[in-house]
Amino acid sequence: MQHHTQTIWNDSESEGNEPLLSEKRLETVEIEDTGLPDDLTRDSLELPELSEPELARHYTRLSQMNYGIDSGPYPLGSCTMKYNPKFTEDIAALPTASAHPDRDADSVQGILEVYHELQGYLAEIGGMDAVTLQPPAGAAGEYAGLLVTKAYHEENGEGEQRTDVIIPASAHGTNFASAALVGYNVIELPEDDDGRVDLDALDAAVDDSTAALMLTNPNTLGLFERDIEEIASLIHDAGGLLYYDGANLNALLGRGRPGDMGFDIMHYNVHKTFATPHGGGGPGAGPIGVSEELERFLPDPHVRESGDGDGYELATPEKTVGKVHGAKGNWLVLLKAHAYISRLGYEGLQDASAKAVLNANYLASQIDLEIPFEPFHHEFVASGGEQDAADFAKRMLDYGVHPPTTKWPGIVSEALMTEPTEAESKTTLDQLAEAFNAVTGEDDDALEQAPDQTSVKRIDQTIAARDPILSWHGLDD
Amino acid sequence: MSRKTTLTSRAEEIYAESDGTPYAPHTESQVDEMLSAIGADSVEELFDIPESIRYDGEFDIESASEQETRQQLTETLSKNETPTEFLGRGYYAHYVPSIVDHISQRSEFITSYTQYQPEVTQGFLQVLFEYQSLLAELTGLEIANCSMYDAATALGEAATLAARLRQTSGSRVLVPDYLRAERRSVLENYVDGADMTVSEFATDDGVTTVEEIERAIDDDVVMVHLETPTPDGIIEENLAEIGSLLEDRDTLFCLGSDPVALSVLQSPGEVGADIVVGDASVLGLPAAYGMGLGLFACREEFLRQVPGRLVGVSEDSDGTRSYTLTLQTREQHIRRERATSNICTNQAWVALRTAIHAAYLGPSGLVALAEECHRLPEQLATRLDEIDGVTAPIRDRHHFREFQARLEPDARDVAEELNENGFAIHALDADTIQICVTDANADAVDDLVRSVEEVMA
Ligand SMILES: Cc1ncc(COP(=O)(O)O)c(C=O)c1O
Repeated sequence: MQHHTQTIWNDSESEGNEPLLSEKRLETVEIEDTGLPDDLTRDSLELPELSEPELARHYTRLSQMNYGIDSGPYPLGSCTMKYNPKFTEDIAALPTASAHPDRDADSVQGILEVYHELQGYLAEIGGMDAVTLQPPAGAAGEYAGLLVTKAYHEENGEGEQRTDVIIPASAHGTNFASAALVGYNVIELPEDDDGRVDLDALDAAVDDSTAALMLTNPNTLGLFERDIEEIASLIHDAGGLLYYDGANLNALLGRGRPGDMGFDIMHYNVHKTFATPHGGGGPGAGPIGVSEELERFLPDPHVRESGDGDGYELATPEKTVGKVHGAKGNWLVLLKAHAYISRLGYEGLQDASAKAVLNANYLASQIDLEIPFEPFHHEFVASGGEQDAADFAKRMLDYGVHPPTTKWPGIVSEALMTEPTEAESKTTLDQLAEAFNAVTGEDDDALEQAPDQTSVKRIDQTIAARDPILSWHGLDD
Repeated sequence: MSRKTTLTSRAEEIYAESDGTPYAPHTESQVDEMLSAIGADSVEELFDIPESIRYDGEFDIESASEQETRQQLTETLSKNETPTEFLGRGYYAHYVPSIVDHISQRSEFITSYTQYQPEVTQGFLQVLFEYQSLLAELTGLEIANCSMYDAATALGEAATLAARLRQTSGSRVLVPDYLRAERRSVLENYVDGADMTVSEFATDDGVTTVEEIERAIDDDVVMVHLETPTPDGIIEENLAEIGSLLEDRDTLFCLGSDPVALSVLQSPGEVGADIVVGDASVLGLPAAYGMGLGLFACREEFLRQVPGRLVGVSEDSDGTRSYTLTLQTREQHIRRERATSNICTNQAWVALRTAIHAAYLGPSGLVALAEECHRLPEQLATRLDEIDGVTAPIRDRHHFREFQARLEPDARDVAEELNENGFAIHALDADTIQICVTDANADAVDDLVRSVEEVMA
């Protein structure tokens, strides 16, 4: 069995070991003779000054203390940590891929063609009528989608009245925060005993103040919301819109399309479903798709074919909500997503979902923990039972794998939300199962002591939060 | 021997299944084994999608080999014209040294995600901590987060922070007339959700004066935003006075800037700025069609109100210094609708690239680059001013990276002709062009001047 291990490369705080930190080799450069008046400039700038070879070692050492998808399995539920094909990086690095955002549409026809094609791909994949690529992440997509929602209700003269966005308790935190950012009240919806939307509770929550229901499908338990058609009628009959959180779209490619299920708006998480690298936290991209009726509200600008059919232009949708990003979104990420989708095509995309669902089901069949909710798709949520999920995860690190997402959703006690993705082989899944099973039943002591095989041992969160040190200045005292 | 045999047969199997995704390692026999372990006859059986909404079509997307895909996209992108860009107005290009690409492409960095398990992600956390430290140094403020999406959304987040802090019923954000329309549109969306509005103040010959702020402000204003350099390329001149005016009034002072400019300009903290926003990807990224890195720094007293992720220092159980995401109770995954922002996925990798680029330059390199950004436009303006029909710069101010020029014949026609000659510049209206010059395009300045001479002749 292969284990990921990390060299203990940690900061020993000895001379020169951390050249960019407390032991930083500071150099002070006086600011003079800039040609600017003294009162407009600073007196000096003090920062570390290192040579390129020193920096190359510094960062290489740091990279060796970092776990990525290429280090081993990364079954972080809801994050779809699938393999990131390398060739997409080379395309994004082409000099022709780089252009200033103020360039005339005529002179960046290549970029606009990629935008337009990707809009088309996503529309087809999601069963939506129109797509904008502007939102720079999933949460920004939610935000953009809710701006569209608000504009739609305002146009209908119901802006004042429709104050509520309904969100299931098991949804991602961004759904709630995005609704609040747009100024909506959030109504939290409990799950039923099967882990799905409670239709009675939904019925009770929906009325003429409902602006939208935000739904993740499959939900974060991996369950498909089988009542989606009924849910859609409930919402639509009340005059609300149905929003699809696309974080879990990797379960459905080629088998189910949000547009066909009655969703009016959706976002795509291209850094999940379409394999663009997560970059240690980002950048991602969160395009949204909408029904024809909502197209006129999309953010400005929108890429479309030009009137003469001979190229592409940047147009302002008739009732645009304005902008959610200063330019046109995370272009290089979008370009990589285009490359991934065109490489896989329909055959590859539907197969990715098949293997992702197969992998989750296989892994689940190999682990000893209870999995309270079925049938799941690309991810499942196991329960740590008596074991604390966060401790469980730390202990898994000692078995050389990345643990699942922990303690979410709340309906499963000590939740371990596990999404292996299609990128793992049976062998790796067996290793992952071994890690799960080895930790299952270990005593509290072993769990609390973990991890041991990492570059640092268990990190104390309380110390970090009590008296926060957020820059190297704090290291001096 | 046996190993070779398995490899060959495995390759054959994969080849036979080449219709599927190339990024899943399953062989057919493994799929069968897995299915029987699950107790299912087929993969399709695992999908619990009601028949009525099952998709039974096929996307009209052909799969292609890696080579074909690369060729296709290379061909598509070659439809972009490739003028030498003298474009700026908030989006700037500097030469990005090779080490930035090579280090940032290391799999351990680029294929990782948010550091939910800090014990196996010390490397990225430390780089982000170094990034935060760099920004703290440059802004003179105590806290910098580890990224927002871009300058526009960072400005929006600053406004919502101001809304949360407001003591009174304040409901307006003041912005300068030079603010890019796109940034303003993003800002308007953010403030609208907080029941606020945006108002504009006039500037005086390209810079903000205390008088203009005094005229525009009242008790209703929760935040005043300025940028230096401005999108017109002008360095603001009255920041300290404006800072003390706003301090007396208890109104937040939000300053827009970038890491290169801040290497020589007055420290925002010293002139009384409470928040600094801007685009930090002026280092680290080429002009990626406006993909950015939102810089967000602020005073320590707003610590619990900061949007986005923060990396802090802690200790492990052996007492070893270590790094971790901290103060997460501000964030959406814990606080949900009461979070300080909805941001989750951010621009961490761009922050890593920016940190590497800045470390590569070091203080002397940063200062030298900033000095160049001041010298180059002044020199170019002087040269253009000698051409008949050109007045450059229009304003007798201090410039950074760019300046505006007035043209006698229609500026748009001139820009168009220059474009045909391979130079992209901004045409702002019938009389005005704007030209941006940095280390990235400085070698083309002679050609540009010659071309302007020709066009104007
Ligand atoms: C279910 C769900 N919804 C929304 C999001 C937000 O997406 P992003 O992080 O791209 O903003 C995430 C992921 O982080 C998620 O898992």
